[in-house]
Amino acid sequence: MSVRIGERKQAGRARIGGEAAGAEEAKQQGGPESGGWQGNRRDPRRENDVQTASKKYGSRDEYDESRRLLSRGKRLVISGASKKFGGKEVLKGIELEIPAGQFVAVVGRSGCGKSTLLRLIAGLDEPSSGSLSLDGSAISGIGESTRMLFQDARLLPWKRAADNVRIGMRRGSREDAVDALALVGLRGRADEWPGVLSGGQRQRVALARALAGQPGLLLLDEPLGALDALTRIEMQRLIERLWEEQGFTAVLVTHDVSEAVALADRVILVEDGVISLDVEIRLARPRERDSAFAHYEKLILDRILGGEEGSERLRATGYSI
Amino acid sequence: MLVLALWQLLGQYGAISSRTLPTPLRVAEAGIALAYSGELFQYIWSSSRRALLGFLIGGGIGFGLGLLSGLSRSAFRLLDSSVQMVRNVPHLALIPLVILWFGIGETAKIFLVVLGVFFPIYLNTLHGIRSIDPGLLEMARVYKLRGFSLYREVILPGAMASVLVGVRYALGLMWLTLIVSETISANSGIGYMAMNAREFMRLDIVVLAILLYAVLGKLSDTAARLLEQRLLAWNPNYSTPESGEGKAA
Repeated sequence: MSVRIGERKQAGRARIGGEAAGAEEAKQQGGPESGGWQGNRRDPRRENDVQTASKKYGSRDEYDESRRLLSRGKRLVISGASKKFGGKEVLKGIELEIPAGQFVAVVGRSGCGKSTLLRLIAGLDEPSSGSLSLDGSAISGIGESTRMLFQDARLLPWKRAADNVRIGMRRGSREDAVDALALVGLRGRADEWPGVLSGGQRQRVALARALAGQPGLLLLDEPLGALDALTRIEMQRLIERLWEEQGFTAVLVTHDVSEAVALADRVILVEDGVISLDVEIRLARPRERDSAFAHYEKLILDRILGGEEGSERLRATGYSI
Repeated sequence: MLVLALWQLLGQYGAISSRTLPTPLRVAEAGIALAYSGELFQYIWSSSRRALLGFLIGGGIGFGLGLLSGLSRSAFRLLDSSVQMVRNVPHLALIPLVILWFGIGETAKIFLVVLGVFFPIYLNTLHGIRSIDPGLLEMARVYKLRGFSLYREVILPGAMASVLVGVRYALGLMWLTLIVSETISANSGIGYMAMNAREFMRLDIVVLAILLYAVLGKLSDTAARLLEQRLLAWNPNYSTPESGEGKAA
């Protein structure tokens, strides 16, 4: 599978520094966790920090493996999926395999086809060619255990928060809905109309609604894009915690690279309808924004910006694309 | 109140001739006299009955067809252009035709009210369904809301604000149509009472009839507003200040 090969290549690139140099670096700094800002300044050697970081959490693979076996997450396989709108090919033969319980972030410039990919996975659109399958059975229409979180919360404004959550349950009492709201910290606001909730609270109600149906696959379409910075970080932590507790497979589409690195096990870059980068984020959770974190961020951003113009100037202006 | 007092004083001291406008006391007296004889309530009842019956039939058809055109493309293509064409004919212009068809009995008047009420409700129902946020419909797809539950949870409440605007507008048209059709041809009802009084130069009763229409129109408008407050309580634009729910954020 082409994507797997790409990933290996990227992993290789991250280790360019070599084993010996990496070990030396670790000794000098007393490990990569010793100081975030200091690590950030050592640009040329940053890659070595990552090397040691992933060594330190070597047992993570085993932990992940057991977690996946226990989870109710679904395994998603996309083979040769293309999508045409009119004469324009938005997705060109996507090959992707997502193991059960993995958290994958899809990043890319706007218009690169990442949202279209998510809609195909959701079953909201049909691929022009190729196929998608969930736990071995082909996706046609919206899956029973697939839930989606949209950028705008899409609550029914004429239903109170708890009644909105009940839409996500096949059968369930109001008490169950209130419990689901408690999960996202909104037990006290069950009787509010969505119109009086803040943007972040609305998005949390939408999250409770999505999780109330015990999804095997949760799709997130830039769910935090419209929120302010602080609410965003809170929401990221909430999503991460609920994902760890419930073990569903998650696919997050975002334009924010640092959000992708903060949340995902694996970041996929979509450019012009093809997957151009597939990198595994081997950092411990909850993630600190340390030098290793910055390395991944830079790696992905460089790749996104690299193709176009001189990336130096652009990189200085910020990390959001 | 001030207007009433001024009106009474001006009438009493001859500033306004009682042939132009009777004083409020005279109007009240006429009202009481008619109430005693029982005629007043009979007239109000027969007018209200026509209005409500016409409103229910016309509103029901308008809502049903609006729903159909809103939900189905082919129904829309079939119905909408013909409805839009008929809509542009003032329904009161059909009075001669209606009299020929139905005579001057109840049917004619109810038919006119039906016609008057149908269009605003049809148009606003259609518009309400058209303007439902497509994002909410997509959300409903993801959550597998179909058929009746889709209609009950998403489409009906989504279109409700617009439907109620149609209802309010239709209520106004309902009284207007009824007044006109009753003054032209009737043997009972408020319009008949006014026309009858005109024959005998009983200006007080004519004014009483006009006031009755005003009160009935106001009552139905209040009813529509209460309905809005109840059904659209979720909407901060409609919720009452007393409930305070719209103000929390």
